[in-house]
Amino acid sequence: MKEEWRMLFQLFWTFFKIGPATFGGGFAMIPLIEREIVEKKKWIESEDVTDLFALAQSVPGAVAINSASFIGHKVGGVKGAIAAMIGVSLPTFLIVLTLGISYLFIHDNPKIEAAFVSIRATILAIIVYAAIKTIKTSIVDKTTFFIMLIGVPALFFIHPVLAIILGAVTGTVSIFIKRKLGYKITPRKSKDKVTSYTSHDYFIGDGI
Amino acid sequence: MVLWQLFKTFFMIGLVSFGGGYAMIPIISSEVTRFGWIPAEQFTNLIAISGMSPGPIATNSAILVGYSTSGIAGAIISAIAILIPSIILVILIASFFKRMHDNQYVQSMFYGLKPIVTSLIIYASISFALSNHLLTFNISFRMVSLLVIFGLSLFVLIKYRWHPVYVIILSGLVGVALYS
Repeated sequence: MKEEWRMLFQLFWTFFKIGPATFGGGFAMIPLIEREIVEKKKWIESEDVTDLFALAQSVPGAVAINSASFIGHKVGGVKGAIAAMIGVSLPTFLIVLTLGISYLFIHDNPKIEAAFVSIRATILAIIVYAAIKTIKTSIVDKTTFFIMLIGVPALFFIHPVLAIILGAVTGTVSIFIKRKLGYKITPRKSKDKVTSYTSHDYFIGDGI
Repeated sequence: MVLWQLFKTFFMIGLVSFGGGYAMIPIISSEVTRFGWIPAEQFTNLIAISGMSPGPIATNSAILVGYSTSGIAGAIISAIAILIPSIILVILIASFFKRMHDNQYVQSMFYGLKPIVTSLIIYASISFALSNHLLTFNISFRMVSLLVIFGLSLFVLIKYRWHPVYVIILSGLVGVALYS
């Protein structure tokens, strides 16, 4: 019993330390996971990391949180998953809340207002950059290009959640039709995608 | 009552938040406007703060929207709500379906999901530009300078791969110099 609590606390604490490193996306924590989890704690093997991140991307939610939960589950089951998730989320929760509260205190200040006028233009640039980055991994052929092209104007009329569901359905149906028509389907190996991420890079818009 | 609405909203968002937090901005924005939780101008500032902080954009925005509507309780409820779908799915997949990302049906679903996520991010940038009056034909010093700030920000992000937080901080300083 005492052993279990110790293990859960270790999971919590390890991810608590990694959490703030998820600046600009979950992939930024790969090098830390390599060092803390693979080398020091030996909870998982180095070659598992790639699979883990591929899996984390196929679950809704942030890559950082999902991969932490997967590692937690591997080490300590359901409780481990929850401990790791709380650990990785808590520091960023506290940081963003502190920033948010300070903003609400000072947002009437003319200097802060002026800063945000410019920051909003920069945030737009970051979102556009995120779009460019995702285009590189999501638009692989004519069909995906077409889905994207229809999607943008459609979003002015339909609820985004409906668009996401329709996207998933369209993907499934078009792969099904392509198979029936005898097209060769070459799904890209999820592995190649993750290994192409180098440790000193960060990835915005692609798995935050 | 607001807490329950926050929970429902962010639980649903947690369930569909595929492929990057910026894709979730339109959904959060549409719910925020529907319920009239916070004014549009303030919402975009909250997105800016979410981008400045470590951690996932979608979760950060949920926390800030929650806090602005109902204080610390709202922040905690929104964070929990957006995290619950992920943790449940992770536990289910880790227990029963470890090779999910290699599954043919999952892959064909993502074949359609990824481009629609891209559409969402493009849509997010258009509506962000519109609601902040960054897309206007009203030629003024402010408009031209904002266009330059936008262009320079995008340039250092793409060309020099600056970390977004440095770009945001520098941009804030430029804003203080130009507009106050």
